[in-house]
Amino acid sequence: MKTFKILGSGCKNCANTADLVTRIASESGVEVTIEKVTDMGEIMGYGVMSTPGVIVDDNLVHAGGMPSAAQVTEWVNA
Amino acid sequence: MFAIFTQLADWLAYGLLRLSPETRLGEAVHFFIEDVTKIFFLLTIIVFAIGFFRAMLTPERVRKVVAGRSRFVSYPMAVGLGAVTPFCSCSSVPLFIGFLEARIPLGVTMAFLIASPMINEVAVVVLAAAIGWKYALLYVAAGLTVGIIGGLMIEVLKLEKWVEGYVWNIKMGEAKLQAANTNFKARVDYAVDQVKEIIGRIWIYVLVGIGIGSLLHGFVPESFFLKYASADNWLAVPAAVMTGIPLYSNATGVIPIVEALMSKGVPLGTVLALMMSVAAISLPEMVILRKVLKPQLIATFAGILFVAFISVGYLFNALVV
Repeated sequence: MKTFKILGSGCKNCANTADLVTRIASESGVEVTIEKVTDMGEIMGYGVMSTPGVIVDDNLVHAGGMPSAAQVTEWVNA
Repeated sequence: MFAIFTQLADWLAYGLLRLSPETRLGEAVHFFIEDVTKIFFLLTIIVFAIGFFRAMLTPERVRKVVAGRSRFVSYPMAVGLGAVTPFCSCSSVPLFIGFLEARIPLGVTMAFLIASPMINEVAVVVLAAAIGWKYALLYVAAGLTVGIIGGLMIEVLKLEKWVEGYVWNIKMGEAKLQAANTNFKARVDYAVDQVKEIIGRIWIYVLVGIGIGSLLHGFVPESFFLKYASADNWLAVPAAVMTGIPLYSNATGVIPIVEALMSKGVPLGTVLALMMSVAAISLPEMVILRKVLKPQLIATFAGILFVAFISVGYLFNALVV
């Protein structure tokens, strides 16, 4: 099962990103766990300065702004 | 170059809606239509172009470029890059920590944060379309100078003690983001996403700004501004800056108000001081920065900007007639 981490201090885009991943995963019938990371130390530990950031199975795949639906589909089905 | 938007507004306001250019309502509606079409057209074109060429700088890049430079280089770089690096104000905190972690001085970091909301390439083009290139460039020069002076003041006063302690203990990892796809379709997709993201974020500020600009343009008589906001009235500049503090808008959103005020004869310095104050000092931004700055530093920061904007106002009112 894939683990998604959404990095962000709780801004609107971060919540939207988490919702987008949840929606696309359930549409694709892929089981994922989603974890919101709000601790600044942990976020910075991934080298991310622009939020939201997205981590898939401990790899950084995105930083800064909402990812597109196409990107998320790719991560979910990869 | 922008005559087409005036013609469109002529046709819609005076033709289709049968308003008279002599009436207040007619003038206000005309201003509204012209500015909505012109500004959103420019916004879309510019953001698309910047996105297409992937000319967007990321804060991660800026951090790498500015770290370890001497102050003579890092201050001008910080304000210059601050002007052209888009970031959502919700990223101010990780950006701030990331800069300090790379041993970029507090003053340089603050200079970046001051310049960034005041100046961006979109606002500069829209401002030039509204009041001309000469004044738009003066605004940019003044904004960059305020950023450098603000940062230097914070450095000279040695305010590192007013940064929250935990900030100094955070260690930043190395981001390993794959290189972006650069074929034509990927570029277009990315540019379209940028347009959606940026316009989705700022359209409401722009629309409210145009609404206020239209009302000022149509309904407030010139004599009102001549009486209260002329260069002779030395209270006008501080009043403009004070007005701007509680108000928050994206820099582009203030421009229709700038345009309306200048058409009513309010002097350049007063108008630009208002624009800087609205864009750069805002309550929500202060609340976000409170996570990394102690209240004393936030107060000092606001105080420095307040004085700087008033100085810009007086200076331009004295020099530019």
